[in-house]
Amino acid sequence: MGKTSKSSIAEKKHDVVNRLKLLGTDIYEQLDKGVFPTINIPSRSTENINYDPNIRQYILGERVVSRSARNIRHVKPFTQLAWAALFSNELTTQRKTSTLRDVYYSAQAYEMSFTDQQESNNIITDLETLTGFRREDFNIFPEERSAIFGDLNIEYTVPGYEGKTLNLTSHPDGVLIGPALTSSEFVSTNADKVIAIEKGALFTRFIEENVHNKHKSLLISCGGQAPRQTRAFIRRLHDELNLPVYIFTDGDPWGMHIAQVIISGSANAAHLRELNTPDAIWSGVWATDIVDYKLPTDPLDEVDIKRLYELQRDPRYQNDPLWQREIKMFLKIKRKAEQEAFSRYGLTYIVDEYLPKKLKETK
Amino acid sequence: MAQATFEEISASDFFYRNRDIAGFSNPSRAIFVAIREIVENALDAAESQMIPPDVYVRLSFESEATKDTQIYKLRIEDNGSGIQPRFIPSAFGQVLYGSKYKLKQTRGTFGLGGKMALLYGQITTHQPASVTSSTGNQNKIYSFKLMIDIQRNRPIILDRKVLINKDNWRGTIIEFTLEGDYLRAMPKILDYFKQTAMVNPYANLTFVDPKGRLYKWMRVTTAMPEPPKETLPHPYGVDVEMLQRLIYVTTDTSMTDFLRHNFHRVGGITAQKFLEFSGLTPSKNPKKLAHEEIVKLTQNLKKFKDFLPPDASCLSPLGEELLRAGIQKELNPEYLVVHQRKPSTYAGHPFIVEMGIAYGGGVPKTGGFVIYRFANRIPLLYDEASDVSYRVIGSMNWRRYKVSPEMPIAIVVHICSTKVPYKTVGKEFIADRAEIRREVANELREVSRQLGHFLARREHVDKEKKRLSIFAKYLPRIAEFATKLAGKERVPDINKLLKSVQKYGEDEQK
Repeated sequence: MGKTSKSSIAEKKHDVVNRLKLLGTDIYEQLDKGVFPTINIPSRSTENINYDPNIRQYILGERVVSRSARNIRHVKPFTQLAWAALFSNELTTQRKTSTLRDVYYSAQAYEMSFTDQQESNNIITDLETLTGFRREDFNIFPEERSAIFGDLNIEYTVPGYEGKTLNLTSHPDGVLIGPALTSSEFVSTNADKVIAIEKGALFTRFIEENVHNKHKSLLISCGGQAPRQTRAFIRRLHDELNLPVYIFTDGDPWGMHIAQVIISGSANAAHLRELNTPDAIWSGVWATDIVDYKLPTDPLDEVDIKRLYELQRDPRYQNDPLWQREIKMFLKIKRKAEQEAFSRYGLTYIVDEYLPKKLKETK
Repeated sequence: MAQATFEEISASDFFYRNRDIAGFSNPSRAIFVAIREIVENALDAAESQMIPPDVYVRLSFESEATKDTQIYKLRIEDNGSGIQPRFIPSAFGQVLYGSKYKLKQTRGTFGLGGKMALLYGQITTHQPASVTSSTGNQNKIYSFKLMIDIQRNRPIILDRKVLINKDNWRGTIIEFTLEGDYLRAMPKILDYFKQTAMVNPYANLTFVDPKGRLYKWMRVTTAMPEPPKETLPHPYGVDVEMLQRLIYVTTDTSMTDFLRHNFHRVGGITAQKFLEFSGLTPSKNPKKLAHEEIVKLTQNLKKFKDFLPPDASCLSPLGEELLRAGIQKELNPEYLVVHQRKPSTYAGHPFIVEMGIAYGGGVPKTGGFVIYRFANRIPLLYDEASDVSYRVIGSMNWRRYKVSPEMPIAIVVHICSTKVPYKTVGKEFIADRAEIRREVANELREVSRQLGHFLARREHVDKEKKRLSIFAKYLPRIAEFATKLAGKERVPDINKLLKSVQKYGEDEQK
């Protein structure tokens, strides 16, 4: 199996730089005409966030907010946004990476003041919304990290590593899904599926038990709620390598929602595309699994139940009868189980018995 | 059966036994009150002649008295009217003798305080007082050494000298010793001088303290308020005793004439109406009134509704100009507004409220309002929380006037009246009477409204400045970032944009 899309990374970088330059030119020309520059940004207010069943994710509506340098309340965030665009442009063209925390401190070097981290984060989100690109595309990465393991050959594009390749089975702890990996091109793989796992402990167990070979799979540790770059990376694996994605989480409303966010995305990221993988499949642990496998359980507590009722009404839970069925089952049995609960049948039971069965069942 | 003994005591004796009520309650208070009383007399003496006062006060250390107190010599010189030599012994050596028993606004009430100070000095140090005075008309200066015979309330003249007045000097010099605690009294004494200077901007005050430190408060004007005129008592303010005395001394033989000649703002028509009201024949001889009739008459004087209100010619308010000058010189505030109310009355006594409100500049920053209270131009320094003004100020809705409690604000309240309703003999705070409270409250609203306008305007200007500075800070940066981002060389000119916000701002400030 070969790689499918050539140089998606390089193309994207080019687009990003162009988009930022366009923003600069827009502001520049307004100023040069002697008018106060204005930019329109799609509104991220809750009223403007809608669920689109066609592309199966949250999107922003028609509403835009106008930000004008003429307005006393806008002039500071306007300046911050212009700075953030310039800073992103420098990061991208100089091929340097940064974090949100970095952004906050870097601003001070330009004598730009952010009141706090939240303010600078908001400006970066504004820039995402305005350009339609993710902050990772501007080389601004979050601190949170997750890992991947499996037979995938990648080729680096980061400075100093251009052209170098790596097989993602090289390190038994997995390879960090960081800027260097997410900016790599996919070269080749023998895997025929992706398995995303909620917890790092089970990820390690799967590697030990050779799941990547037995089931020809790329294993991903989400580390709880999957970070945006990991979700984007899963989407790329799915789109560029045509790999189906299976998700294994704890058998509780929170685990269920971790899977849902990988599939349908979050409202917070409604201004962005390709962070979710609509075709991904939640393979377990289901509420029905808890019953079928007679797993050791804990009772659902009040917040769990409250969360279930919320999810029941959530539009993302309407498109597949599986979700509603499992929610009802949770509410019926009022129990939950962790992935580790399978250990009652021995450490390898989950890999030998449960996993193959579920992969088959949810194919 | 025990036998009670009754003895008559003299006025001096009475005050000797009850000196607390006149303010001489402890060594630190005593020294403050002694200075205050004599300075007030000195100011009155100069003002009565429309002479801008020059008052010199020197307090010098004589000897140690007890662990906490010392003997001081107090010398006070003024350039006032001076006192005729024949009145000097009684004026200083006899309690309840003086020039202040007519109805007009004066600082003291009975002319009591100065003598109390001398009496207190005599009690504590057993030294005579010396009084030197000249009215300037003769070529002579008279100098007395006096003590008070406390039991008989009589002056004892120990020495009397006559000097040639070569330089045409006029004024009075009083010097006596007293026991006190200056160190503890010092802050109040300095406050007293500062505040006295505030409401007497036409006076020069000099104070030399026991350490030899010289304090000076200089006049900024020679303009002085009109001196008060003496008036007859108003019918509403008369009691039985007073009425009896008036009847005793009158030469009028009809009630109509008696009323017309002895009462403030009572003419023929008013007298006639009143007599009708109280069922007395106009031709009746007042001397023939029976005691019960006099009591009835007093009651009717208070009941009759058609007496004209007292006029305020017997009052001598400072006036807005002098009040402004005084506050300006002592506080030098950033903003100052002064206002004087029209005269009003309570119980037959006319009174006028004047007020100043000062903001910022030299106004002391205490974290709360500073209140300067004055009655008949005397600073009131004690018992602030009991005073009617304090209560009115405290119950005001300040937010309406954009005032917050931590602002540097000083409020100056001056109430003048022929009879200031002090709550105590110590003359420290004014009673909460409905009529006075209402006038103070209305006056406070008046000046606060103007302060409120000022604060609103200033807030607006500040906001505007801040607004402009924000544009001035950010627009150049937007231009800089956009230029770099667009890959251009030349930075667009944003001065026109800056000017447009500025011009807009200037318009708003007008």
